[in-house]
Amino acid sequence: MWTFFHKLGSPPWLYAIAGTILRWLVPITLIALVAGMIWGLLFTPPDFRQGDSYRIIYIHVPAAVVALAGYYVMAIAGAISLIWRMKMADVVMRAAAPVGAALTFIALLTGAIWGKPTWGTWWVWDARITSMLILLFLYLGVVALYESFDNKEAAGKACAVLSLVGMVNIPIVYKSVDWWYSLHQPASIKFTGESTIDPSMLYPLLLMIAAFYALFTCCLLMNIRAELLQRESRTQWVKKIASEKGAD
Amino acid sequence: MQRQHPQSCSRGCLLSVPHTGQFCARVLRRQLLLAVRRPIEIGNPLLFFAIVIVLFPLGLGPSPERLVSFAPGVLWITALLSNLLTSDAVFRSDFDDGSLEQLILAPQPLFFSALAYILAHWLTTGLLLAAVSPVFALMLNLPVSALGALFVSLLLGTAVLSLLGGIGAALTVGLKRGGILISLLILPLYMPVLIFGTAAVQAAMTGAPSGPYLAILGAMLSLAIALAPLAIATGLKVSIDA
Amino acid sequence: MPISVNDAPLLAAQSLGLVRGGRELFHDLSVEVYGGQLWQIEGANGAGKTSLMRILCGLSRYGFEGKVLRPVTPLYLGHQTAVKALLSPRENLQWHVSGAGLYSDDQVDDALARLGLRGYEDVPSHTLSAGQHRRVNLARLFLSDACLWLLDEPFTAIDKQGVDETQSLLASHVDGGGAVVMTSHQALQVSCNVNTLNLVQGVVS
Repeated sequence: MWTFFHKLGSPPWLYAIAGTILRWLVPITLIALVAGMIWGLLFTPPDFRQGDSYRIIYIHVPAAVVALAGYYVMAIAGAISLIWRMKMADVVMRAAAPVGAALTFIALLTGAIWGKPTWGTWWVWDARITSMLILLFLYLGVVALYESFDNKEAAGKACAVLSLVGMVNIPIVYKSVDWWYSLHQPASIKFTGESTIDPSMLYPLLLMIAAFYALFTCCLLMNIRAELLQRESRTQWVKKIASEKGAD
Repeated sequence: MQRQHPQSCSRGCLLSVPHTGQFCARVLRRQLLLAVRRPIEIGNPLLFFAIVIVLFPLGLGPSPERLVSFAPGVLWITALLSNLLTSDAVFRSDFDDGSLEQLILAPQPLFFSALAYILAHWLTTGLLLAAVSPVFALMLNLPVSALGALFVSLLLGTAVLSLLGGIGAALTVGLKRGGILISLLILPLYMPVLIFGTAAVQAAMTGAPSGPYLAILGAMLSLAIALAPLAIATGLKVSIDA
Repeated sequence: MPISVNDAPLLAAQSLGLVRGGRELFHDLSVEVYGGQLWQIEGANGAGKTSLMRILCGLSRYGFEGKVLRPVTPLYLGHQTAVKALLSPRENLQWHVSGAGLYSDDQVDDALARLGLRGYEDVPSHTLSAGQHRRVNLARLFLSDACLWLLDEPFTAIDKQGVDETQSLLASHVDGGGAVVMTSHQALQVSCNVNTLNLVQGVVS
């Protein structure tokens, strides 16, 4: 256990292991994404009320689910960085923030595109949409704080504190926005949430969610590798990699 | 003489250190005195509050019905912004003159001294904002029956805001330009307080009980008192190290 | 009180290493500070004296190798004076945020008088000069009962008479069993023995 922990703290080891995982994970992710897409878009029945426009859930829902999970990945990495002072946890946290922000943005964007044919408007102050928007701000806050520090070590610790504070707040934000919405909910808009989803639509959705988790992991690992190279640019192992790549 | 803990160090020198409570009282007194010596620092957020409130009738029109429907939100958002603007300064001058280094090295737990700083901040902003808010509420035609809920919700809510603002201040105090960044960091955290603060006032306006909302604000305050100083203390240590 | 150097150290740094901007400032630096010792850290500008002091006192917590044991709470005076402009010198010392003891007016007045600030006890500190601010900060040494003092350039902007007064205080602190670790560009003229830690050569003498 401790040797594993110790190895995780070693940049060259992490760089190498991330590379090995990526070699397998990237093809799997691509296959799952393409398969889920084809299944969802071509081989599922249209919704009896929304027709074909509902098919955007195969992007929208996975993005939203993984965006939220990404925040927890970031916050847990932050906790590890603060408690065990592991530098590599900082790197993971730093790598997770932009990926999570991008996924949150995708979820919001696809939500708006979906909203236009369904509700007749691009934006609705719905509880879940508003919560996602706040999540996006929380992500951007972490990115902005990290970028504001010159000392990247301190930046990592500051972001770790902020992401932990955000993690405590996410349930509070979700509950209060939910509550806020039920107080103000205008009667004119009907939501599709009441009908349970048919298994023929559910299975491709689950596949897409799994594919998005894999996609998140791929982006995270790639980001980690890039961040490692940048942080350790003065060390021998990075110079060795650079000279090998240069020779190719 | 005051009570002191004689703490004998290994050399045999006698190290007398004030109790945590004594020390926090001293920090609180110092912060309040500093605020009183520069009264405009206390006056600024109140003036800001007054001026921004005036902007709303100018922007929304003077119709009493419209103003009263916006009044809870307007009052709360303005109070929130004046709290936000002052949060940046909580640790700033102590960082600049080196006092923060000394505070961090103090043997007393930083958790409680940070809490003393926040308490001083709340006493000089939130408490006063809550106290003057009924005047501006009446100018926005808020019914008198809702004034109590407004006052209490601001009293509880601004305390939460001060604690959250302290986190942002602690994280950005080492940065040259923390002003806009701190808003980006802590405004998302302010949102639940805003929701329940305005809800309490709206409930009182319609004659519904505002107690449940105030109770939720109280719960948020308890949670914030327990956890925010941890984040503030860690943030200060990180900032002083950067 | 009998003082022997064989007691446990007041401060122990174990194989400290620091790299700043790709340049190694020091590595494998170990030092133990016992009561009755005065240590002077020497080195050119940028040699890492202040960084080392901040590591020793505990303000720097990340980004260096090794560890520091601090069995006692040290008194640290840094580059910044921690003097609040809106408070008088007396208030500054009595309500100091360093969490030191509570001093009576007489004690504070006496300490300020030793540094030539008699008559300035109750004026707002923003009317004082930069050198006087530093003197108010140094007055903490006359009040403190901490055994270990960590002083980063304590003599900056202090005139000759103030330097002499402070140096004799350092000597009497060391004679009384306390310990001092300090950085200074000028040679110390103290009655006690001075241990030197030179950061360029890494020599401990």
